[in-house]
Amino acid sequence: MKRHHTKVNEISVMRAVAKVVIPYILLFALYVQFHGDFGPGGGFQAGVIFAAGLILYALIFGTVELKRVISPRLIEIGIASGVLIFGGTGLYSLFVGMPFLDYDALSPHHVPHGQHYGILAVEMGVGITVTFVMLAIYYAFTDRSEQ
Amino acid sequence: MPFPYEALLLALAIVIAVLIIRGKNLFACVMLSSIFSLLCTGIYTLVDAVDVAFTEAAVGAGISTVLFLAALSITGEKEVSTGIRRPWNAALIAALTGGALLYGVLDMPRYGDPAAPIHHHVAPRYIKDSPQEVGLPNFVTSVLASYRGYDTFGETTVVFTAALGVLLLIGGASAQRRSSEPRDKLAKNESATVEKDSVA
Repeated sequence: MKRHHTKVNEISVMRAVAKVVIPYILLFALYVQFHGDFGPGGGFQAGVIFAAGLILYALIFGTVELKRVISPRLIEIGIASGVLIFGGTGLYSLFVGMPFLDYDALSPHHVPHGQHYGILAVEMGVGITVTFVMLAIYYAFTDRSEQ
Repeated sequence: MPFPYEALLLALAIVIAVLIIRGKNLFACVMLSSIFSLLCTGIYTLVDAVDVAFTEAAVGAGISTVLFLAALSITGEKEVSTGIRRPWNAALIAALTGGALLYGVLDMPRYGDPAAPIHHHVAPRYIKDSPQEVGLPNFVTSVLASYRGYDTFGETTVVFTAALGVLLLIGGASAQRRSSEPRDKLAKNESATVEKDSVA
């Protein structure tokens, strides 16, 4: 793979193409995340696509470069925070006096709004956890191959 | 009669599967498995399961290919022969399992049968009432995130737990750094053995 790495680094076309393509991959991931209410997609798919865009960056520019933006410490925090956002949404409705994960609690006077906010929050949690989990697995593999 | 695209895609999937089994170059096998996922994406789209197709495209064809490539960078590209020339026992087990599954399929309702039990349990209610109760046009999302919020919470927790397992087994960089700190203090006395440990 070392051989591949140097090959990849030498091909400046790939770097140029990646620089154009990666922003659109990340943008598409956000579209999938927030458009999941209206079309196919949702937090899980969005998280995977977002992570794929970042991993593509790491493959071409090197994992060290990606680690400058997203440190392993940030990944550990990210993995947990997504689950906490999901669970926190449920706990909030408990504290307001409604069943766990009943999104009507988020907007008691206008029920569909509450459902909408709840689903947005929950999908956000899924997306964050999945993105950072995928990056964590990728980091775990690359750390191994560097040893 | 409409052109049987499903049959074409399934036949191609079988061809790809045989190629993966026969293949010795692991790099080619990873690419073939990515193509296999893409064919599955086509099949899911044809049976109107677009959300599933989307997941298959993102996970199967996308990220798992990248992770396989990362794994290849550790293990190497060539398959190492196990020395077993005729794995008849494995073939027998596979044939028995496949036969049992096919026998089970005989009990399933025909594909697209409107009288199938799955279309008469909670699905009609979700289709009829979710626009008023939840208000989203895509009621797959309504079911996943709202009606079945508990399940999705469980799934997210599973992803979280799986990541913890992976990090504990093959370890992130920061985890290794932290676990090696107390070892460094020990290392003053018995450096050789401890170093071997942390490398392993």
